[in-house]
Amino acid sequence: MMQSRNRWVWVLLGVLAVGVLASRCAPDRRTSRRATVSDVAAAAQKVYVAPGDLDEYYMFASGGHSGQVYVYGIPSMRHLVTIPVFTPYPATGYGFDDDSKAMLGSLTWGDAHHPALSETGGEYDGRWLFINDMNGRVARIDLRDFKTKQIFGPVPNVHGNHASSFVTPNTEYTMMASRFSIPLPEGTAVEVEKYATEYKGVVAGIKVDPKSGEMSMGFQILMPPFDYDLGDAGKKVSDGWMFWTSYNTERAIGKLEVTASQRDRDYIAAIDWRAAEKAAAAGQGDTIGGVKVLDPKKIPGLVYLMPCGKSPHGVDVSPDGKWIIGSGKLQGVTTAFNFEKIQTAIRNKDFTGEEDGIPVLKYESIKEAEVPVGLGPLHTQFGADGDAYTSLFVDSAIAKWKLGTWEVVDKVPMSYSIGHLSAAEGDSVSPDGKWLVGLNKLSHGRHLSVGPSQPESSQLVDITEEKMKLLLDAFTEPEPHYAQIVKADKLKPIEVYPKEENKHPLAIWDVKDAGVTRNGNNVLVKMVAVRSTLTPTAFEVRKGDVVKVAITNIEQTTDELHGFGLLGYNINVVVDPGETKTVTFTATKPGVFAYYCTNFCSALHQEMQGYLVVR
Amino acid sequence: MRVLLEKANRLLDAHLALGPRLLLVAAAVVLVAAILLPLWSMTMFAPQYPDGLRLQIYSYKLEGGNGGQDIKEINVLNHYIGMRDLVSEDFTEFKWLPFVTGMLALLMLRAAVHGHMAQLVDVVVLFVYFGAFSLWSFGYRMWSYGHNLAPTASVRVDPFMPPMFGSKQLANFEVYSYPAAGSYLIGGAMLILVAAAFIGWRQWKRAPLE
Repeated sequence: MMQSRNRWVWVLLGVLAVGVLASRCAPDRRTSRRATVSDVAAAAQKVYVAPGDLDEYYMFASGGHSGQVYVYGIPSMRHLVTIPVFTPYPATGYGFDDDSKAMLGSLTWGDAHHPALSETGGEYDGRWLFINDMNGRVARIDLRDFKTKQIFGPVPNVHGNHASSFVTPNTEYTMMASRFSIPLPEGTAVEVEKYATEYKGVVAGIKVDPKSGEMSMGFQILMPPFDYDLGDAGKKVSDGWMFWTSYNTERAIGKLEVTASQRDRDYIAAIDWRAAEKAAAAGQGDTIGGVKVLDPKKIPGLVYLMPCGKSPHGVDVSPDGKWIIGSGKLQGVTTAFNFEKIQTAIRNKDFTGEEDGIPVLKYESIKEAEVPVGLGPLHTQFGADGDAYTSLFVDSAIAKWKLGTWEVVDKVPMSYSIGHLSAAEGDSVSPDGKWLVGLNKLSHGRHLSVGPSQPESSQLVDITEEKMKLLLDAFTEPEPHYAQIVKADKLKPIEVYPKEENKHPLAIWDVKDAGVTRNGNNVLVKMVAVRSTLTPTAFEVRKGDVVKVAITNIEQTTDELHGFGLLGYNINVVVDPGETKTVTFTATKPGVFAYYCTNFCSALHQEMQGYLVVR
Repeated sequence: MRVLLEKANRLLDAHLALGPRLLLVAAAVVLVAAILLPLWSMTMFAPQYPDGLRLQIYSYKLEGGNGGQDIKEINVLNHYIGMRDLVSEDFTEFKWLPFVTGMLALLMLRAAVHGHMAQLVDVVVLFVYFGAFSLWSFGYRMWSYGHNLAPTASVRVDPFMPPMFGSKQLANFEVYSYPAAGSYLIGGAMLILVAAAFIGWRQWKRAPLE
């Protein structure tokens, strides 16, 4: 009995031992290539910008649904400044003073995706930055002072302006396109079941004044109800054409992740924007929602559809303008179209069908190559000497390949799930081939934990050599969709507003001119801000008065900003040196309210304060 | 003694040869140029002002560096210690300095035309007197700016003398003060005059009976 029990124990122990030896488990972490110490030292030297030294490039990254533009220095990836565009930003008083408040209108958010630097002859000229907003708007930022100068829109008929703000090589136009098709004109209610026939997409060219940058309506084109996603303007040989990717060419509704993923090919819309410009100038088109809209059915030669791999995201024109790269995000290849072949196919009417009267070009006739870049290709950027870089969302990597030979030569992993990528001067006709930034969607603990609301990760890659080298992780404000990287010396920003240029009718330059004037219920306060007093230091109004405070910062010294924060009235203005801003409010609450300088200015900043007395 | 005086009289009566006369003209030209150039320059560095704030003093105006902005900045900073604003209108020197300099240049031309040793000596003496007075006047103005501080100033500092030549630490500022091109030209004009006098004297000594 005793013996047999012992035997059982031994058998059990034996089985356990075999089990332990045989069991294998997955490693704690995915085994990944670890950089060696010498690699780390080399990478550190490349990205290190010593105290007092300056970065080599600016990167303007879109802030997604934060509605802002974030400026980073490259290679340090340091966040330099935030440019508020579509969303109020108390740090600079944006959206609080009368002018910026009027510019924002009733919207206090925007979803900004694709910044585009202005170009001259296909080169970044450092004048303006355009950026789209899903709410049918495009904004222009002046790079002389890094300030939003115009918000154009909401533009009628363009519902969900995603495929924007791509510019043409001489900034003739910044482009818009609808991601969501709707029944037109806006305000028409039609059940979604009639989507395929009653809903319409619209693409639009927004004209840019070559001197002032002022935007105005250029042309609109009525399009089939597809979702227009991204675009790029032709350059050099393909100048005059605009390319837009589209998905849901199934014209499906409901669960789009399934219903819009049925066809093997969707389209890139190729638009002859010069022809559109001419037709618009000739007054062609039907008025929809107060805007003339061109109908490609009635204007042959305006639009062609190029079949492209499943649900394409990016369409990117190579620096020489010869290749149009379309990336079907649900495929493992990216497709290179030959612009010359596209032109030949158009001439020969080499069509395979039509969509709402728009000819569809024969895929085999216009395709040059299918490049096996990897899974989930989204967007392609270019380096020097025919190098192309495609982001792979699913593979979470960047593939490097060659234009012309179409071979994939290198891959670098991205952490994690890269969306767009941005190369130094990557959209111009002469990319620098120097830095590449992967704008990743997920950061998954690559940083100190900050709770569930996580920043995005952006990674800097050195592309000067044959092999790409990952150098640096940076954690960018949500959410960089796309970015533009421009050589720093192309920008010549001012650091104060010169007094001579201030033409504001309420500007005053001497504390003697500061004071309060009343006209009925309207009270005007002309205020001077200078170290370290806000003059007048107190003023009185009556309850119900409409009070306009015009603050001039009479400083002409770099970085001497002054704020005007008024407690109890939700007022917060920041005035740059040499600038005049106004803020208007109704004195609804009686009492005494302090105002003070919010932007630290001097040793006696804390003394820079005064009182509003409302009787 | 009488011999010496007579000798001196003879020397003063002497006529200048072409060389010294040309030198007198040269001195006049150099002096006129000096009116147009800055006489003194002051530079102030602080941690917040790594590029420095610059002030140039001409015979007729103050000029701030950075397109005039530096002088405004200096005044903004000085108001904290209760110093009067540096404004050109306060400098009476700016009214008489160019005038007197021009007059001296005219006297030099006069001496060149007349060619009398006595006139050369006059102009040298006047020049030295004028130079010394201007320097004193400049120094006194510096002193009064540093000593007449408003008693209500938000930051109290002991009265101080800004540097005239060399550098000095004043609070967080390192102040450098040096003569500028105009002053060097004035010094040059002085040397030319002395040279003219010396050559005149040598020539007279060689041919005293002329």
